[in-house]
Amino acid sequence: MIKEKYAKEIESLFSRYPADQRRSAVLPLLHIAQEEYGYASDEAINEVAEIIGCDPTHVLSIAGFYSLYYEEEVGKYVFEVCNDLPCALRGADNIIKMICNKLGVQKDEVTDDGLFTVKNVMCLGACDCAPMMQVNLEFVNHLTEEKIDQLISDLRAAAKSGEDKPSVVQKILVQTHH
Amino acid sequence: MANVIFRHRDVENIKELDVYLENGGYEGLKKALSMTQAEVIEEIKKAVIRGRGGAGFPAGLKWSFMPKGDVEKYLVINTDESETGTFKDREILEYNPHQVIEGALIAAYAMGAKTVYNYWRGEYMDAAYSCEKAIKDCYAKGILGENIFGSDFSCDFHNHFGAGAYICGEETALLSSLQGNLGQPWSKPPFPAQAGVYGKPTTVNNVETLANVPPVMVNGADWYVNLGTDQSNGVKIVCMSGHVQRPGNYEVEMGKVTYRELIYGEDYCQGMLDGKGFKALLPSGGSGPVVTEAALDSVVSFEGLNDHGSMMGSASVIVMDDETDMVWAALKMTHFFKHESCGKCTPCREGTFWLEKLLQRLVDGRGTEEDIKKLDRVAHQMQGKCLCALGEFAVSPAISTLKHFMHEYQAKVPSAMAVAAD
Repeated sequence: MIKEKYAKEIESLFSRYPADQRRSAVLPLLHIAQEEYGYASDEAINEVAEIIGCDPTHVLSIAGFYSLYYEEEVGKYVFEVCNDLPCALRGADNIIKMICNKLGVQKDEVTDDGLFTVKNVMCLGACDCAPMMQVNLEFVNHLTEEKIDQLISDLRAAAKSGEDKPSVVQKILVQTHH
Repeated sequence: MANVIFRHRDVENIKELDVYLENGGYEGLKKALSMTQAEVIEEIKKAVIRGRGGAGFPAGLKWSFMPKGDVEKYLVINTDESETGTFKDREILEYNPHQVIEGALIAAYAMGAKTVYNYWRGEYMDAAYSCEKAIKDCYAKGILGENIFGSDFSCDFHNHFGAGAYICGEETALLSSLQGNLGQPWSKPPFPAQAGVYGKPTTVNNVETLANVPPVMVNGADWYVNLGTDQSNGVKIVCMSGHVQRPGNYEVEMGKVTYRELIYGEDYCQGMLDGKGFKALLPSGGSGPVVTEAALDSVVSFEGLNDHGSMMGSASVIVMDDETDMVWAALKMTHFFKHESCGKCTPCREGTFWLEKLLQRLVDGRGTEEDIKKLDRVAHQMQGKCLCALGEFAVSPAISTLKHFMHEYQAKVPSAMAVAAD
């Protein structure tokens, strides 16, 4: 339950908005819930609704509208590869195919070991670093085959050893809360 | 190259408060606090800082629409930078967050807003560490919170993270999203200055617009008015991407640098990637009509591309070489708009779906002459029928490529290819 686990952070999150506007915290809360449950699962939706005090249907509609929330299970590491025009001009379509081949999956599938999902996403605002992707919201720029091989093997090793570094959501929405 | 927004680019650790203070930081805010609110608005009005998100609406005028007096008011920073090819606000905020905080505080003081929300697109969370730290440091030093710099002015500043929706760059959609609802625009009026976030008077400003404010306060409106052209005062960050040697953000004085210089100039991109020829560019991400070689000697300014039926917009320049398939490029951009349409207005929701379907058919070599006509028809039927600019701009890739590259469309139609082969 994120309500207990992140009680202090959630309280500080609500303090950013007027007391009668708890709904404003729905996006950050869903980020935290998704981090906890892996995707916008029923559990995640219901819990966020309970924390805010609104109908779960509302939270579900939010999760469906915004592209960073996953409606189905995803791998531990989500490769969101931009293939919008600026990245595509620099080979992004081939990069996506390459990553899928290396991992043995189609887009949006989860690898058998549960570690990876590959998605293609719209412009991430790093066109000067094309082709690029974000992995659990962390940007990986100037993608090359060598870089991708290294990243996959690093992430496999991290998952095996259980020594994952804190995620972007952890660092921004949880740890920095003043 | 100009050097106003990026004047600190070579200063190491400018993101740290003490370094920013050592380099003239928060002098603009101090000066503003020594003036009346009305005087600050007058100064910014005189400088004519046109909105850098693309629409070009003068910031001072926008601020002056806010009601006076002691009512609850908000300033919201639009960091939902999501136009394809745009990455300037990310650099400005990631490398120099204090410049934006300072600009926002000057704006908040002038309008009497006591809360600033900085609405980031969720995908930029990774770029927000320095801004989170900057906020914390400002609170610790009395630059945020109660009685800023010992004055009567108190103001809070909060980051707020979205979750992936281009439409939230539209100000009313952004405000809906900030209130925890779907990011869908509302029909104006009410304008945000009348009833914005939580129904209170609100001003939404772009990151780059606010970054212009501190130097204007320090150097004065007269200095700023002398930069740029009559209709485009000041400087602009141009995001260069695509088939160029050195993609990146470049700051230019408006009206002084041409698109050709940006692509080929020594100080800028230093030419086309792999020495290929130039074919076309999108001057404003997906939203500005594509232009060709004929437009390359136009200058970067709000009015610079008028004669070529296009616009500077957010100045997100996507450059394409002579091997680029323009129908494919139109499909890519149209797919973006279809994906990002919020679904509220039928012409946009259905129209972008049909535009993509027709373009996909043509790209796949399954299209007909009739499809090309239909593409043009659907695009023109969408124009002027949607609540916000998304639906309006979504037709631009199709219409502008049809205008300049009809031969490429025709070459995709199988029968036409057979005729050509005979």
